Amino acid sequence: MTFWIASSPHNHIKAATPSLMRLVILAAIPGVFAQWYFFGWGTIIQIALAILFAVLAEITFLAARDKNIKSQITDFSAVLTGLLIGISVPSLAPWWITAIGSIFAICVVKQLYGGLGFNLFNPAMAAYVLLLISFPLEMTSWQPVSSLLVEDISLFNHFWLILTGYTWEGFSVEQIRMSVDGITMATPLDTLKTDLTLGLTVNESFANPVFGEFIGLGWEWVNIGFLLGGILLIAKKAIDWVIPVSFLGALLVFSFIAYTISPDSSASTMFHWLSGGTMLGAFFILTDPVSAATTKKGRVLYAVLAALLVYLIRKFGGYPDAIAFAVLLCNMAVPLIDQYCRPRTYGHKGVN
Amino acid sequence: MDSVLERINKNQFWKFPGGINPPEQKFLTNDKPIKNLRLPEELILPLKQHIGNTGELLIKVGDKVLKGQALTRSENPMSVPIHAPTSGTISAIKNSVIAHPSGMAELCIFLIPDGEERWVKRNIVENFYSLSKKQIVEKISDSGIAGMGGAGFPTSIKVNTSPGLNFLIINAAECEPYITADDLLIREHSSAIINGIDILDHLLEPKAILIGIEDNKPEAIAALQAASKKNDKIKVCVLPTKYPTGGEKQLIQSLTGQEVPSGVIPRSLGIVVQNVATIFAISEAIINDIPLLRRVVTVTGQALSKPQNVWALLGTPIEHLVEQCGFNQTEKQRVIMGGPLMGFSLPNLQVPVVKTTNCILAPTNAEISPAMKELECIRCGQCADVCPSSLLPQELQWQAKAKEYDELEKLNLFDCIECGACAYVCPSQIPLVQYYRVAKAEIRHNRVQDFKAERAKLRFEARKVRLEKEKVAREEKHQKALAARRAAAKTSEGQANNSAIAAALARVKAKKAQTGDTAMPDATDNADVKSRAAQAIERAKAKKLAQQSSANEVNIADDSKSKAAAAIARAKAKKLAKDKVANADKDSSDPIKASANTKASAETSTAETKLSASDEKKAKIKAAAAKAKAKKLAKEQTQQTDTDNTVPVKASANTEADTETSAAETSVSASDQKKAKIKAAAAKAKAKKLAKEQAQQTDTDNTVPVKASANTEADTETSAAETSVSASDEKKAKIKAAAAKAKAKKLAEEQAQQTDTDNTVPVKASADAGAGAGAGAGAETSTAEIKLSASDEKKAKIKAAASKAKAKKLAKEQAQQADKDNSAPVKASADADADAETSTAETKLSASDEKKAKIAKAIAKAKANKSSAKSTSTSISDDDKKKKISAAISKAKAKKSSPSINQEESE
Repeated sequence: MTFWIASSPHNHIKAATPSLMRLVILAAIPGVFAQWYFFGWGTIIQIALAILFAVLAEITFLAARDKNIKSQITDFSAVLTGLLIGISVPSLAPWWITAIGSIFAICVVKQLYGGLGFNLFNPAMAAYVLLLISFPLEMTSWQPVSSLLVEDISLFNHFWLILTGYTWEGFSVEQIRMSVDGITMATPLDTLKTDLTLGLTVNESFANPVFGEFIGLGWEWVNIGFLLGGILLIAKKAIDWVIPVSFLGALLVFSFIAYTISPDSSASTMFHWLSGGTMLGAFFILTDPVSAATTKKGRVLYAVLAALLVYLIRKFGGYPDAIAFAVLLCNMAVPLIDQYCRPRTYGHKGVN
Repeated sequence: MDSVLERINKNQFWKFPGGINPPEQKFLTNDKPIKNLRLPEELILPLKQHIGNTGELLIKVGDKVLKGQALTRSENPMSVPIHAPTSGTISAIKNSVIAHPSGMAELCIFLIPDGEERWVKRNIVENFYSLSKKQIVEKISDSGIAGMGGAGFPTSIKVNTSPGLNFLIINAAECEPYITADDLLIREHSSAIINGIDILDHLLEPKAILIGIEDNKPEAIAALQAASKKNDKIKVCVLPTKYPTGGEKQLIQSLTGQEVPSGVIPRSLGIVVQNVATIFAISEAIINDIPLLRRVVTVTGQALSKPQNVWALLGTPIEHLVEQCGFNQTEKQRVIMGGPLMGFSLPNLQVPVVKTTNCILAPTNAEISPAMKELECIRCGQCADVCPSSLLPQELQWQAKAKEYDELEKLNLFDCIECGACAYVCPSQIPLVQYYRVAKAEIRHNRVQDFKAERAKLRFEARKVRLEKEKVAREEKHQKALAARRAAAKTSEGQANNSAIAAALARVKAKKAQTGDTAMPDATDNADVKSRAAQAIERAKAKKLAQQSSANEVNIADDSKSKAAAAIARAKAKKLAKDKVANADKDSSDPIKASANTKASAETSTAETKLSASDEKKAKIKAAAAKAKAKKLAKEQTQQTDTDNTVPVKASANTEADTETSAAETSVSASDQKKAKIKAAAAKAKAKKLAKEQAQQTDTDNTVPVKASANTEADTETSAAETSVSASDEKKAKIKAAAAKAKAKKLAEEQAQQTDTDNTVPVKASADAGAGAGAGAGAETSTAEIKLSASDEKKAKIKAAASKAKAKKLAKEQAQQADKDNSAPVKASADADADAETSTAETKLSASDEKKAKIAKAIAKAKANKSSAKSTSTSISDDDKKKKISAAISKAKAKKSSPSINQEESE
């Protein structure tokens, strides 16, 4: 009678990496739903395209690396990367933007570094930055929320627009982005930045219809959707609460300081929380375990650094939003942060 | 301390970092009492059941043993005995698989129970306070008690400590999810446990006794609280359920807030931790005299239909336990000894229960799924979050995979308690603990290797040193042996081969002694056998030639011819000798006879030794020729001497013999030194000729002086010859020396010759001077030796010799020309001179490469001489060579001036 020999510990928490990834994907649903609600089918089409290309790229690369394709595809990490890229790109961006982003994220940022667990940078954010720098026009062509559009765009027209750049009727993305009075619409962050450079105060700028009644028409709900998803993740212990809380707290503090110093030229704390990719970044991007800090102190430092960078770039930088840049810069700092934030081992009081 | 107690009294405890809450499975077994099993058919008792060493067997196969009888014994404190858990027969003592993760086999005693349960005689102690502390500790040790919670550290060592602890902590946490053994034990035997605590209280005298127990055992907590009311020191500390609270360090931190420093035992903080099962065993051992024979084992898991806690005798095969609990084997069945987090899976069911076995877990695959495939680490950091030691498991894992052992040690791998929390939470199913175990084993192995390598290195170096020493010692020994052999050979050969020569020399000496001379050549200096042999040859040839009165007719290349010729020559020589004897005046027959005797003896040895130095012909021939001339002259002289001159003639003859001996020595010893020897011989020959002439022409009244000078001459030449022998490559030097001596002698002789017959005293003085010269010659001998050691010092010595020679010449001349009345001063100066030269030579001897020093000394001596002569003339140049020359000159001048006589001598 022989038995199965195994090493301790024998029992194991039921959580596993694939289920973790699935949970994160599911947690993104409220935000994606909000995005669909305000920006139409374009978002869903982009997400689908991104996931498709990401998974194809992953399969191709795993085959080239002679790896077990099935087990690595089913960890859903490529799907999550695709999802994040799809959420990040403008909903009416041409399909090849998404394709380039997904392929770059998987092939270069993830697999060339050694695959899951070895990538230094967050693949989705690295891809986003690549796209933003390479194709600034397409990447900043966010359409206004559907309610501000002159014409309603059908699912088919969204599809056609993304594939060809024109609706079936022949309108270009630029024409669609025009408001009733013929002015190109931008995101609230973009609008505010432009207005502030034009010498307007924050309050004057907020008269623009993109801001809606509260902070940014549509965007506030998208952010709230991701916040809900993030809270779900924390509740499910899929992510550590330290990073999002530190990040949002630090962003609050920085924007509050700026707001008290110069209320006319600084947006409110809530504006920073609920516009752009703040919540997506806080709960879905910065918490990416692979590229985030692993030590407790390190995570706090990492999140605070990200918040500082986000604020500085939003306020002083050339780009309206800064989550992607901040995340990449913090990713770079992670090895250093972890090196100096190692916890003191039990029984080593006064030694390290 | 007080603040700690205060907090404890308020039920406020500390938290240790990390920790996990795996699903509780204690409900499987914690609702049933501890079951007593029937006896198994066979008990397997491993000799080693704990950390430490095995004891020495007390029984043999076939022995009948009683329950509680000790089976092993050891004087080593790190070893505790094992006992027969029941009465029965020892059926075998052999290797068997033991409870170890590796499934290795070790020596086990196999006991077949007889079912009678006959006890050994027990000594029940009603009041343990009557026992001394030492007795209690001994009893604990003899009862075979080792820590029953974990590694099995011998309890007697832990409790054998000076009293005055801060805390005695009783570990009843039992944090593993399945195990309820301690829980049930407390519930059923709380009073015995409190007795055990009292025993340790008595033994260790702690300030407080803390029972750490997790809050998932309410019944056990209640039982302990009820039982511990009598003892105020005991505090039942209910801790929140969190794995691994039961870890020693974690329990200490939870209860006292203190961290046990890395690499230190808790005793250093004044804390001793004992498992509650161990406490029960102590109580049983001290009060009821029951050694550790059985323990509570939780037999659990969903593969069992009746999971339950059981009293298992030590040595019970696991099979017996699980069978009685309704074991249904499933596919990929694992049977785990210990809990699900720290236990190890067993290779088979024959493994016996040992002192540390607290749980047997037989889970189904649904309950505890077999290990899944390991995925890549996603650096989620959950492992770091749950690590109770605040390590970074993910970094440890990377370094372990990369085999970066230095880095692992920097990350404090050895502070990992292998609790398994990190691997438990890892979403990628990485068997982290396994990586750490392997890395630890590897590091330990490397340390051992390093240690061994270090030792090997030391050993190697020690060996190298030893071999070196031995080599040196061996060489020394060899050299000593060689020296001894040589000495022995010299002695024996010298005795064998040179007896004749020695005899001749002895005779010569004897004669010399007769003549009253004191300067004698040292016979013992004749070290070299060959040289002696050759000497003899030389002498023979010389005599032969001398007798023939014709010198240069021998030109023989062939060895045999040369021998033949030698023989002929000898014959002739004898003939001539006879003739001579015949022609001699009847009155002088005695001396002639003496010389003939000398010759004869010399010839005897010649025959023997010719062979050995056959290639030295020419040299010898020439030397012989030279000597022949000398002898011819001597004979002529002898012949022509007045019959009244018997004594002097005799003396001169003796001298001659002596001289020739040495001359022969000179030429023989160094075969390539032909020229040198030849010249030396020639010089000597000249010298002798002169001596003879002098002797011949001396007035018959001058008997004593002549004699003296002759003796002097002999002495001088002997030394000269020796000089050249010892340093064979110093040709020129020797030649010059010889030449110088020759000159010196010549002058001496001339002086002696020309002295007035009335001048007895002065002449004597000159003779003394001659003797002094002899001393100088002796000094020169040493000079030659110096040359041997430092051959590049030739010139210096040559000059020295030359200068000495000159000095002597001057001395002689001076002595010769001295005013008769001034004889005493002359003597003094001559003596001084001789002394000075002797020491000069000595100086050279001691430091041959120190030219300047010597020069300076010479100068100094010169000055000394000068001053002794009350002279003031000085001319010392700074140049080395010039110095010596000038020294000599100055000496000469000094001598010259000392008698206050103006002389013109050419230098």
